[in-house]
Amino acid sequence: MKNCYLGIDVGSVSTNVVLMDENKEILGKVYTKTQGKPIDAVKRGLQEIQTQITEEIKVKGVGTTGSGRHLASMIVGADVIKNEITAHGIAALNFVDGVRTIFEIGGQDSKIILLKNGIISDFAMNTVCAAGTGSFLDRQAARLDIPIHEFGQKALSSKNPVRIAGRCAVFAESDMIHKQQLGHNQEDIIKGLCDALVRNFLNNLGKGKDLVGPVVFQGGVAANVGIKKSFEEALGCEVLVPPHHEVMGAIGCCLLAQEHAAKNKSTVFKGFDIVHSGYQVKGFECEDCSNVCEVIEIMKDGQLTARWGDKCGKWSNNIEKDKEKLA
Amino acid sequence: MKVTFPHMGNQYMATKVLLDELNVENILPPECSKDTLEIGTKYSPESICLPLKINIGNYIESIRQGADTILISGSCGPCRFGYYSIQQKEILSELGHDLNFILFDPPQGDYKTFLGRIFQLTGTKNPYKIIRALAKGTKILYQIDALDDLAYYKRPRQKQIGEVDFYLEKLHKEIRNAKGYHEVSQLIQKTRDQVMTIEEDPNKEIIKVGIVGEIYTIIEPFVNLNVERKLGEMGVEIEKSLKVSRWLTEHLYLHPLGITLEKEITEAAKPYMKTMIGGHARETIGYSVKFAKEGFDGIIQIYPFTCMPEIVAQSIMPTIEKDFDIPYLCFIVDELTGDAGYTTRLEAFVDLLKRRREMKRDEKLLSGY
Repeated sequence: MKNCYLGIDVGSVSTNVVLMDENKEILGKVYTKTQGKPIDAVKRGLQEIQTQITEEIKVKGVGTTGSGRHLASMIVGADVIKNEITAHGIAALNFVDGVRTIFEIGGQDSKIILLKNGIISDFAMNTVCAAGTGSFLDRQAARLDIPIHEFGQKALSSKNPVRIAGRCAVFAESDMIHKQQLGHNQEDIIKGLCDALVRNFLNNLGKGKDLVGPVVFQGGVAANVGIKKSFEEALGCEVLVPPHHEVMGAIGCCLLAQEHAAKNKSTVFKGFDIVHSGYQVKGFECEDCSNVCEVIEIMKDGQLTARWGDKCGKWSNNIEKDKEKLA
Repeated sequence: MKVTFPHMGNQYMATKVLLDELNVENILPPECSKDTLEIGTKYSPESICLPLKINIGNYIESIRQGADTILISGSCGPCRFGYYSIQQKEILSELGHDLNFILFDPPQGDYKTFLGRIFQLTGTKNPYKIIRALAKGTKILYQIDALDDLAYYKRPRQKQIGEVDFYLEKLHKEIRNAKGYHEVSQLIQKTRDQVMTIEEDPNKEIIKVGIVGEIYTIIEPFVNLNVERKLGEMGVEIEKSLKVSRWLTEHLYLHPLGITLEKEITEAAKPYMKTMIGGHARETIGYSVKFAKEGFDGIIQIYPFTCMPEIVAQSIMPTIEKDFDIPYLCFIVDELTGDAGYTTRLEAFVDLLKRRREMKRDEKLLSGY
């Protein structure tokens, strides 16, 4: 029986599940769209992971990250719940020893993480600007009718990139349309877009920071060779893309779970059987004060397992007390 | 005359006591909530800084309860705050609320206007009565700020998370029904005793973070998404650069006499900012340097979106970060009430500080100190 660690990254766009063994080898990875239903996505991810594994395994630790980390941990039973920044940093360190700069561009947000002597020393996270994220690229690819996986390749063949305004997704799009109507090549426009995105990223997140190599580029957008090239041109150094770049957050979770297990702590993982359990989410508005918090309740097979969303802690803490009473 | 005033953290307790002691009928606006924000953003100019919007929300909620006079402090205009009273009066009169504004500005030499306003508010010219009420209000301010300091200390150390805020929230509820110096002071004292006795967990590792930035956003928990509680429960002890008690002493009592307690801060800021540029930019810089020198683990700056003085300070912060080798995080707050992104960044920042401290300790061990 092989000892394994499970990492789950529930992001706004994709949910990633990774299974890693003791030697930090990736046994299975799943990249699935969240589609606004994180619970279903987690269940689907676990199911798919199960089908990928041929040998007998034992899960020794589970970690969750991403904006849905608390929800995911509630469902699967996680030993470590970590923010995305730490998880990504740890995963990149495992890929390149001594990495100093990490760029992470996902569907809805982008981050820059700086490390010194193997620990995170600075970071910036961009959650409001759409111009530097994967969703915007997706949209533009769809508008130009190019499959997203060919988008980057197209940029590489550009010889004379046009300048696209990169500060804001709205400006960028109107600029692109304008340039396309002037008759510019599609390749040149795409390359211009990649440059604009990189410029936006470096100005927005990297301002005032010393960006030194080795540089690692991860997240879903790292699959785009055009963006990678633009980063290399802008920085004047090589940018490394890890082989499992799209699931680095989940890998970070596996590593953290391994660390946790190394301290001789047993796991609270509920087992793969949970995919057969029915989860329901109910919500209500608490009207006890003017904050009118939207409280979320998670029910497992008709039984209340978690509550959150309240500011004062009245509802979320209550359930803990209920549990204590039961115990 | 029914007087109301805007919220700013715990300041309301002192203002309430001041008015109570002067026998001025007063209406305490409801605690800042989503409603307050919604009303405020509806009636305020879109691009104005957040405090004005919350103020407007507070006023209107009080007007609904019958307030007809507004008491607000000024700052003689080093930033947009100086124009708040004028703009707010305009906004309210456009809405058909013709209210009386009493501006409690530091005198700056013009004692006639200052005293005239005080007489208008108090309805008395008895200086003894006024001074006594002012002294009592100030005392409350110091008591509540001391309670806050205690909470900063206790929160990261409490054995059962949430206990400190349990007592503090109770205090906020009870104070609404209290009247006058005596009752309020006793309530604060009672809470202080309760918080004092909260059991501590001696094994917790405590990280120290200095909070700097614009005064309103660092003091009002509703707009900074309760950063002090979030940090406290992550095991972080904080110290804030600005407190209302300090501000009042500095501007109302000492400034007219030409004395300042901020000498140390302006000196500390000098290599980066030689002069006052408005708002609290110089304090942000000065306190950051002070905190760094005192061995704090990190610095967090908080300011409302579009705050010019703090934008200037923010551009200087990376230099301080480098000069003193101290991590720094910046939060810009606006109308957001979803706090997932903030919590993620706070968590990551605290992780970073903890790892850094571990590293430093290991280095010391290795080099044999």
